[in-house]
Amino acid sequence: MDYLLESIGLKKPHAGAKGVLAEFDGPGPLLAAARKLHERGFTRYDSHSPFPIHGMDDAMALPPSRLGWVVFLAACLGGGGGLLLEWFVSAVDYPVIISGKPFFSLPAFIPVAFELTILGAAFGAVFGMFAFNQLPRFHHPVFYSDRFGKITDDGFFISIESSDPLFSVTNTPEYLNSIGGKNIELLHPDDEKE
Amino acid sequence: MSAIKELNTQLEPLVTGNPTFASVTQRISELTEGKQPNKGWWVCFLAALGLLFMMKTLILYLIWEGTGIWGLNNPVGWGWAIVNFVWWVGIGHAGTLISAILFLFRQKWRTSINRFAEAMTIFAVMCALVFPGIHIGRVWVAYWMFPLPNQMQMWPNFRSPLLWDVFAVGTYFTVSCLFWFVGLIPDLATLRDRSTGKIRRFIYGFFAFGWRGGNRQWQHYEKAYLILAGISTPLVLSVHTVVSFDFAVSIVPGWHTTIFPPYFVAGAVFSGFAMVMTLGIIARKIYHLEDFITLRHLETMNKVMLLTGMLVGYAYGCEFFVAAYSGNIYETAIFINRAFGPYAWAYWTMIFCNVVVPQAFWWKKARRCIPWMFVASILINIGMWFERFVITVTSLAQDYLPSSWDYFRPTIFDIGIFVGSFGLFFTFFLLFLRFLPAIAISEVKGVLPQANPHHGGEH
Repeated sequence: MDYLLESIGLKKPHAGAKGVLAEFDGPGPLLAAARKLHERGFTRYDSHSPFPIHGMDDAMALPPSRLGWVVFLAACLGGGGGLLLEWFVSAVDYPVIISGKPFFSLPAFIPVAFELTILGAAFGAVFGMFAFNQLPRFHHPVFYSDRFGKITDDGFFISIESSDPLFSVTNTPEYLNSIGGKNIELLHPDDEKE
Repeated sequence: MSAIKELNTQLEPLVTGNPTFASVTQRISELTEGKQPNKGWWVCFLAALGLLFMMKTLILYLIWEGTGIWGLNNPVGWGWAIVNFVWWVGIGHAGTLISAILFLFRQKWRTSINRFAEAMTIFAVMCALVFPGIHIGRVWVAYWMFPLPNQMQMWPNFRSPLLWDVFAVGTYFTVSCLFWFVGLIPDLATLRDRSTGKIRRFIYGFFAFGWRGGNRQWQHYEKAYLILAGISTPLVLSVHTVVSFDFAVSIVPGWHTTIFPPYFVAGAVFSGFAMVMTLGIIARKIYHLEDFITLRHLETMNKVMLLTGMLVGYAYGCEFFVAAYSGNIYETAIFINRAFGPYAWAYWTMIFCNVVVPQAFWWKKARRCIPWMFVASILINIGMWFERFVITVTSLAQDYLPSSWDYFRPTIFDIGIFVGSFGLFFTFFLLFLRFLPAIAISEVKGVLPQANPHHGGEH
């Protein structure tokens, strides 16, 4: 909770480094480094790359995304809500006889219910993804680094947050160096920089 | 496995010129940065803006005066407005096909063209939505199409295909925008990180949502992208199916047929690919994107056009066979009239453009000849417009009672609003080319050989 409040500026963050950032040479070294961090027992770390890297989920041992369940629920809500709307409109609130069809004419109601299923699923996928990724989030320790702008160009980074139980201001940068990290820097807010 | 490997090495590379990650970023981002280097852009933009203004003026006059200013007459109640609507929606479908269906089939060549094809989809659907919107006549009650509680205590009729269409095209537009935006997020972050000005940084930064490319984000992002592709596929098929229901559900000779949904979908993909081709050839020429949109891409698209053109040609033949085989005199008469009646000129234009022209793509030379494919793509779109014209107008102009037959002639307002819709389309399209990355930067990087973590080493 404190973490979220800090990130949107409602709570003054504690002093000191918020994390550490190390740059790697390319997708291969990044993948190897992420695997080592996982094996070492780090939990609050992330590997940043300009495009998704094949095999990284396994290297970091991430559990599969649960987004599918969110989408399934949203699709059911969309489709079910659509059918309910059609039933209420055509059979309850405004029943009109049209070419002798029943008030609740299911075959004719399928197209709209189908489209609303898709609409629900799409909203579920997009907003569910934002929720899982905590986006939009304009403030994050990695942005303290001036080098981090390369991430959307050709930079490959590993970040470890200071909230990780294994984090240490002295040992973690050394460890990153030993597994091939370059340009290692501690992430300090701009106003704390010397 | 080794056979596949061998095949892959034989294929031309997806991106030529041996680019690095940085050169891909630079090459695509620079088109949106600095002063507009291309004078042609300004000429096109001002022309498009002029056409858009003309369309707006004509629509205002239409609202003031009523749909009587169009060439509609007593049997032909659906004229150019419906033809244009179906045509524009159909064009949009190629964008979704490229971004969704080719994604599901792991067709990596799509990465160079999917971004601007998706943009084309959104702007084409915007053009399409204008036409039924103004065709209803009393535009100030357009909200009656939506199930909103109102003071009349009335609700729309959910058994009507026209209402299905409202939901189908509305959903299609919304989902296309969402899909497009999700795809744009990493590239907007690229523009954010490259921007020097404060305003630019703020705007791109705002829409990039604070993207930081962490794998914990990519994981959900890729899942969302896959799901969006998965649901867009049935969606795009359903949209043109529902559009065809507008015709097929009514009991009009030439419309009341079960072949319409697949026939319309094939035609939509056909015309959409032709439009992607037209726009792609222009964009790669003026922005020198030959390394990204290679001859291999163009050739593959030509193959898709050959296939869908044959499907459409098959449907034309099938319609005639069913009309003859049904023994229904009205059905038979309408098809004889199509080919040999007063609209024969439109019918044979359609056959020439849609069935004859794409046959050239059987030859590799034609598939790789840019001037020819440019001309062919434009002819195909003309042909597909005439297809909708033939379907809509010939069936209405000569229906059951010969005493009510009439001939449809467009007025200057029909033509003006249709031509103006290109202004709407190109205004947005040119703004898109100027301010957003026209090629998906992060996706192109992902298909470069060095993006594979096992590239060049024994890991």
